Amino acid sequence: MRNPQLNGDGKLQHLLTIEGLPREILVHILDTAASFIGVTEREVKKVPLLRGKSVFNLFFEPSTRTRTTFEIAAKRLSADVINLNITVSSSTKGETLLDTVDNLCAMHADMFVVRHSSSGAAHLIASHVAPHVHVINAGDGRHAHPTQGLLDIYTIRHYKKDFTGLSVAIVGDVLHSRVARSLIHGLTTLGAPDVRVIGPRTLLPTGVEQLGVSVHHDMREGLAGCDVVVMLRLQNERMKGPLLPSAQEFFKSYGLTPQKLVLAKPDAIVMHPGPMNRGVEIDSSVADGPHSVILPQVTFGIAVRMAVMSILAGN
Amino acid sequence: MDLPDAEALCEELARKLRAGVTESTGLVGIRTGGAWLAERLHRELEVSTPMGTLDISFYRDDFDVAGLHHPVKPSQIPFDVNGRHIVVIDDVLYTGRTVRAAMNELFDYGRPGKIELAALVDRGERQLPIAAQYVGATLSMPAGKLLRLARDERGKFFLRLSDAKPAA
Repeated sequence: MRNPQLNGDGKLQHLLTIEGLPREILVHILDTAASFIGVTEREVKKVPLLRGKSVFNLFFEPSTRTRTTFEIAAKRLSADVINLNITVSSSTKGETLLDTVDNLCAMHADMFVVRHSSSGAAHLIASHVAPHVHVINAGDGRHAHPTQGLLDIYTIRHYKKDFTGLSVAIVGDVLHSRVARSLIHGLTTLGAPDVRVIGPRTLLPTGVEQLGVSVHHDMREGLAGCDVVVMLRLQNERMKGPLLPSAQEFFKSYGLTPQKLVLAKPDAIVMHPGPMNRGVEIDSSVADGPHSVILPQVTFGIAVRMAVMSILAGN
Repeated sequence: MDLPDAEALCEELARKLRAGVTESTGLVGIRTGGAWLAERLHRELEVSTPMGTLDISFYRDDFDVAGLHHPVKPSQIPFDVNGRHIVVIDDVLYTGRTVRAAMNELFDYGRPGKIELAALVDRGERQLPIAAQYVGATLSMPAGKLLRLARDERGKFFLRLSDAKPAA
């Protein structure tokens, strides 16, 4: 079956998931993002690529960082941005997702950035819209968050230059994490030889090994000698369930502290997709420490989203 | 058709530029050919201001049809453009659309005092009111042919004419 993200010429029409995307497309996005970094340092922090285009931020789930960085990215490309917070709008009045999309298409939308709690929501919209409309998945359920995965990869490439010989540890609630899934697919596509997931059995999806990662339940074993540590957010709502004893217990076993971080390489970088729970998955002294690249991740995220939007709009 | 010797044209261009360039002039080459040329001219004219390079991909007027398919490299303008005399350098001046894009990008760095244009070859057929102040040679080319500066493995310049449509 044809990849629903690619058009007839094999070019990127929508960005729905990193899974199954060819290496060349990932590298093209990363290289284009690198060219956008300098734009934000100039007197005029804008390029005219998306002038006259309308980008609709369609957020059915709350988000601050992702929505804001998408908005900034679109504005730096000179697009008109319309933010819709659907949780307090049409869907509460009973309108279906596709009816909402049809109405926005009637307002001449050129691009949708979609965040939804249901896996596959962005796919559904992508399969529904006219051929000139592009869809970017900004997180769907537990499935994928491709621009976060791309900005993570961008950050790793920025600090570590390339992926050959790299050991990357992804720690925490992999089960509920669309970020982890997107990152794993990106890293394996780009040839990172050693990707590890670390967490309690209850928070690792069964069969995760099939994604090409090694599985560890002990932080000391999993972090040994790694170049990159990616901490995942432990979602508060999960802590009440049967999967975890308590936040304190979790921190003791899987929270990233300076004592645990010394097991990684001396020049290891620490990443986190945000929002962080200090004292749950990460200790403040690590989050604010010299290994942390958590804030640069946010900055790179703008350039990566600019790259994705401009590549889609040109295809 | 016989193409002129690019090395000789480059010498000619350097000779003409020498009269108009001062220490504080900013030379800005347009990627790719114009950047090679700017590098050479920057060295030969001993300009003290570091040279700049522009990749005009984000400013092209055909983005809607051509998209963003080729590798884009960051533009680098390592000097303050405000009030400065800038010479934009390109290998081949043709429709003028590339130069328009370059000027638009330069203005996003500030307000230059004066912008001039240098081209190794002016092949005419302008679609915009743009003219070069410094030209290596004026040539007339059949439409649809792509003329570009190329470099051999030792860095020697030569001109290359191809049938390919200009890369998007």
